[in-house]
Parts: sequence; structure tokens; C-alpha cells
Amino acid sequence: MLNFISELMIPLLVLFIVIYGIYKKINVYDAFVEGSTESFQMILTIFPCILAMILGINIFLQSGLLTGVLNFISPFLLSLKVPVEIIPMALMRPISGNATLAILNNLLRDFGPDSLIGRLGSVIQGSTETTFYVLTLYFGSVGIKKIRHAMWTGLAVDLIGIISSIIIVLLFFGQ
Amino acid sequence: MVNKIWSTFIIAGIMFALLTGQFELINRIILESTKASFDLTLQIFPVIALWLGIMNIASVAGLLKRISEIISPYLGRLFPGIPKGHEALSLIASNIVINMFGLGNAATPFGLKAMKSLQTLNKEKDTASNSMVTFLIINTGGVTIIPTTVISMRMMYGSAHPTEIVAACIIATLISLIAGISIDYVIRKRGQKRA
Repeated sequence: MLNFISELMIPLLVLFIVIYGIYKKINVYDAFVEGSTESFQMILTIFPCILAMILGINIFLQSGLLTGVLNFISPFLLSLKVPVEIIPMALMRPISGNATLAILNNLLRDFGPDSLIGRLGSVIQGSTETTFYVLTLYFGSVGIKKIRHAMWTGLAVDLIGIISSIIIVLLFFGQ
Repeated sequence: MVNKIWSTFIIAGIMFALLTGQFELINRIILESTKASFDLTLQIFPVIALWLGIMNIASVAGLLKRISEIISPYLGRLFPGIPKGHEALSLIASNIVINMFGLGNAATPFGLKAMKSLQTLNKEKDTASNSMVTFLIINTGGVTIIPTTVISMRMMYGSAHPTEIVAACIIATLISLIAGISIDYVIRKRGQKRA
């Protein structure tokens, strides 16, 4: 049912906007083309941001540094009774959406979607955003350099989101 | 802040790879990043073109302004810096609503356009305005009600109840959203006192 609503969203939105445009007697085709032309400018501005971001993230993630850090902190997390398998995903979540999806994919495959770890991964993925991506892209697109407290608040919010995900899943589906 | 994080990622990553002797790997990562970023850009380019087109119909027809007038009394409280009935407010609202349905790709063009609109209201062009920071904190907190991707992945791996996680997602999202807005509010108030 929820999926159904989500699937209908885009067609209905397009339909509604076009009908509204005709009702207001504007040239909908011309307006569409005119608006779409702006995408060239936009994509040129955001490409350097995307390149810089992917370069930094790939070097950091694929060099094996994160695995090293994980091995180092896992005994501590074990004592907190947090399933260790979920930690790489939690650490990756604010940095890379694609990497998190890949980890979630593996967790669902290896542990099953209805296991505690599978559910935990699903909730973390479904309730948080890729902070780093959003910030670099959105601020970069308009040339903002001083982002004030946006970055650390965004990361704090991710941390709060992940901790609440863990608590809620344990409460809902615990044992 | 972005500068610091970015340089930390690069320096720490390259140093680690070099110290552990993975010369070939780090070489490949750097060169392949260019291709990966080009692929991603190519992927989102048509999506942005599509939605900027559709959005412009809504804008020319006066729909964005109309939406903005309707939601101003509610959303306007979070964004005191945006004048009533300004287009930025309806772009923010569109971005949030589309995000709620888990359609992140379609939401991005609206978000970028909202930032552009907020930038016209911004006095210091290289510094984020209050409205921008609030908007992005809401965005990074996530506002998803229907996590479409997660549900389809759960279906793919044969979950008995693919959507059973939706309620938990909504509660976790709400908690982090409220936390984000509160942190932002407190910082803003303290900044005002100092100024």
C-alpha cells in the first residue's frame, strides 16, 4: 500500500502540474524547455563538487583505513551489546549513500531481512540521510564556503538517528 | 569544516595505503574516482533536467507562489528569514514532500533550486544563511516516511513483512529531525544574543 502511494507520486505530480499550467493558460511546453535549459548550468556547477567528494570518499573508504579503525574499536562495542556487524554501516552512513546501500545489501543477504541485524540495517538506512553528500552538493551548488554549524549538527543528527534506530529496533523486535 | 574533513580523508587514506604497501590500489582508486564521478553526474543530469522543466511549469503558472502562501504560516516559523510568499519556501516544501516519499533523486533538483533561491536572499554570499543551515539540517536528518529503496531490497531478499520497518523508521526519523531543529534553534538564539 505504502509502495503503491510512492509509485503513484511522480506520475500524479507531473499530471497535476501540467494540468495546472494549462488551466492557467501558459505554454507548458515552452515553460518546460526553458526550465530544463537551466540544468546545464546547474550540472556544470555541481560536477566539481561531486568529483572532489567522490575522490575524498573513495580514498578514505577503499584504502582499508576504516577496516583498521573498526578492528580497533570492535571490542569496546561488543561490550555495549551492539551487533558489531552493523557498525561499518553506521560509520559509513553520513559519508556515502552507495557504500551504505552495498553494506545493507550484504547484511540482508547474509543475515536475512527479518533478522535483528537485517531490520536494524533497514531502519538505519530508512531513517537517515547521506549528510556529507547533501552538504557538499547543496552548499557547493551556490558557492557557499562558510557553512557554520551545518556540518557538525548534521553529523550529530546522524548519530542521534542511528542510536535511536538501534534502541527502537531493540524495543520493537528485541529478543 | 568541509576543507578539514576532505583533506583528512585524502591524507589519512593515502598515508594508510602507502604505509601498508598498497601502491597499486591507491593509484587505481584515485584514477577511477574521476570515472565514478562522471558516471554519477551523467546519471543525475537527465533527472535534474526533467525536474527543472516540470518545476518551471509550476513556477510560471504561479503554482509555487500559491503553495508558498498556503504553507507560509506553518513552515515560515522554521524559516523566519524568508519573506512571506517567497518562492524559496515552496521549493523547500516541495523538496521535503518528495523526500518524504523516499524519492531522493527527484527531490535533489528542488533542493538545489531552493538553495539558489535562498542565495538571492543571502547577504554574505560565501557564508551560509540561517535559512540555508536550517534547511540542510532538516534534509540531512531525513524526512522519509516511505523508504522505497529499503522496502524493495527487503522484498528482493524474501522478507515476510517488507514494510514492517516503516513505523520504526518514522519514529527514528522524527527523533533525529526534532533533535536537529532544536540544536539549530539553540545555536541561532545564542548567536543572536552575542550579536
